[in-house]
Amino acid sequence: MGKVINIQPITRIEGHAKIAIHLDDNGNVSDAFLHVMSLRGFEKFIEGRAAEEVPRIVNRICGICPWMHHLAANKAVDGCFGVTPTPTGHKLREVCQIMAHINDKILHFFFLAAPDFIIGPDSDYSVRNVIGIVKKAPDLAAKVVKMRQLGQMMLERFAGKAMHPIAGVVGGFAKPMTEKERRSLLDDTRTLLDFALFSIDYAKTSVFPKYEDAIEHLGAINTGFLGTVDDTGALRLYDGHFRLMKGDGSLTEFPVHKYDKFLSEHVESWTYGKLPYAKCWNEGFSMDLDAPKGVYRANTLARINVADHIATPRAQAELEEFREKFGRPAQGTLLYHWARLIELVYACERSIELLEQDDITDTNIRAKVEPKAGRGIGAVEAPRGSLIHDYTTDDNGCIVKANMIVGTTHNIAPMNMSVRQAATSLIKGGVYDEGLLNKVEMAVRAYDP
Amino acid sequence: MGVRIAEEWLHSCSGCEISILNIGEPLIELLEKIDFVHIPVLIDNKYYGQLGDGKELRIPEADVGIVSGGVANQEHLEVLFEMRKKCKVLIALGTCATHGGLPALINEWGMKKGIDDYYKTPTTEPCEVPSEVVPKPLDRVYAVDEKVKVDLMLPGCPPNPALIAEVVNALLEGRDPAIPGKSVCDTCPTRREGKGGVSRVRRFLQNAQYDPEAPIDEMRCLLEQGLMCMGPVTAAGCAAGRGVPSCIRARVPCRGCFGPVRKKGNQMLDMMNALASNGIDWKSVVDRRSLLRFSGAHGLLKPLSARKGEE
Repeated sequence: MGKVINIQPITRIEGHAKIAIHLDDNGNVSDAFLHVMSLRGFEKFIEGRAAEEVPRIVNRICGICPWMHHLAANKAVDGCFGVTPTPTGHKLREVCQIMAHINDKILHFFFLAAPDFIIGPDSDYSVRNVIGIVKKAPDLAAKVVKMRQLGQMMLERFAGKAMHPIAGVVGGFAKPMTEKERRSLLDDTRTLLDFALFSIDYAKTSVFPKYEDAIEHLGAINTGFLGTVDDTGALRLYDGHFRLMKGDGSLTEFPVHKYDKFLSEHVESWTYGKLPYAKCWNEGFSMDLDAPKGVYRANTLARINVADHIATPRAQAELEEFREKFGRPAQGTLLYHWARLIELVYACERSIELLEQDDITDTNIRAKVEPKAGRGIGAVEAPRGSLIHDYTTDDNGCIVKANMIVGTTHNIAPMNMSVRQAATSLIKGGVYDEGLLNKVEMAVRAYDP
Repeated sequence: MGVRIAEEWLHSCSGCEISILNIGEPLIELLEKIDFVHIPVLIDNKYYGQLGDGKELRIPEADVGIVSGGVANQEHLEVLFEMRKKCKVLIALGTCATHGGLPALINEWGMKKGIDDYYKTPTTEPCEVPSEVVPKPLDRVYAVDEKVKVDLMLPGCPPNPALIAEVVNALLEGRDPAIPGKSVCDTCPTRREGKGGVSRVRRFLQNAQYDPEAPIDEMRCLLEQGLMCMGPVTAAGCAAGRGVPSCIRARVPCRGCFGPVRKKGNQMLDMMNALASNGIDWKSVVDRRSLLRFSGAHGLLKPLSARKGEE
């Protein structure tokens, strides 16, 4: 009789999930699943709320990327009330969003993912963590902790709260940026750009070369990709339009507010997470490893794949080097980490670019707002993928209906495929150990769910 | 060997765990005195053994247990009971654990309705609600102390890293932690001129009046500016180590994320009283129940059907 290996909980990710690997009588993998174990129902309980309050409610969807939900929600409420933020209100939102990306990438690469690479995938679990890095590489750890804290504190200093933010408001922003604040943020983001360049160099010289085989094969699947670009095809994190790429490189583009014409969500009985797919490809949905249907991926690798270029110089140079090495679209699952570091460089460069604009300190930060009935759809690129909030309000400006597709959700089907691919290729004849099971988890961790 | 700490997250967002990391550089020093034996966000300790073949959910024994998040499904319950069993001291971290937090807003409908409707959104294919392998939901969201004995409550959404460090240090030193017992207003430096002037509270559709170049203590109290601000009924804590309540620093009114200042207080009723005693019409508050948005556990937020007859 076969058995089930329960990897529970999946660790060093943000969220509640487990992996179940089913073995047949010969100890080979008959099936493998990633089960999402938790569901809170934000779509339901924002019903009835005054819409302008919602950006400070839905930020609690995620403690790692609260700015993304906060700002996608603000955009959706702008849409409901038919208001356009002032130019500076718009920029202050973007600068906060992009600064939040910096922190997120430092956290994920060094605190969550790096132990697998720096301590080693087969090392004992008790040391394969950030505390192990503190002991094994104290100088690196001290630097990383300091830089993450710098990133967190600069946001907190300017916007009051770095986590579960409140400074974005319908119509713009709640407080202007003083010249003094601007200078101090510029100092900090320049320090962080140096650190970003150090990080990607460090990874390219000391980390990735040791894992070339894993980068090519672990959790490798062939899918499409979803991301956001501007009219020139450049990578955008704060605004732009969606670009969906098939595995063969062909593109479909659509405005954010038409998302429901192009994407649909499949549901399986064994996971609370929905499984979005590209309805517009007209091929249905299947997670078959050899011939998946409708499956696309989101998050760093997807964005790097769909963008024609990046509008900041250092990140563009990194993109060129990456594309030279791995082609377009690159499919290797562990390449998410590499793409994450390219985005880290972009986020630092883009923060500096925004902070250097003179009108960032303008005090006209919020447009006139009147609550009313309407529908608004707001999107941003969250660290974990394209984030969509869709609200409808009544005459009093209170929410009557909400739909959301959050970053990680896009990757639920691909993560299931990567888990099945990793488990099937690693476990044969009932032979497996701790290190090997950790490698299956590494396929999930790349997506930073 | 340091003090052994086990940490778990239940119906939560991971923000409390990020707050632990936000202790920053002092955390590296603390790590010499404490050993995390279980913390899923950072360490690969598994419930069913490292080879995934165990029959029962197990968490290692620890001197101190920290739990974030409320309790909303069978797995949360199982993990919470195991934490209580294995930890000598149990701390509820963050407002979800202490008062249900934002996810307890679902208590206006109940967990079942929230989950059912999630699978009926316009982009979702027609389907049955998932029920295999995934944990069965409870009827509503509970605070941790509704299910097990809790030794120390440290609210906040997110909790303040300075206070988390204070609690850990106090435990290491064998003393009582210094946790603020006052209200957000008591820690707020804005200028108060006294009663009068405001008869209705406004929705936050227009920014507060202030000079951005001037210090915060020159800005007039937001409630006195006519904005709904929950400072009077909310526990202090966000200002510790920062000097100013977090939202006030962004010139934005408080929404009560540290839970009630009065032990077992009801933030909605207390706020209505506070408004009334200042001559402000409490009916001017839109969506009154959302004043319980951080503290809807302990039976305070109920489904509409169950509420009928109470009002």
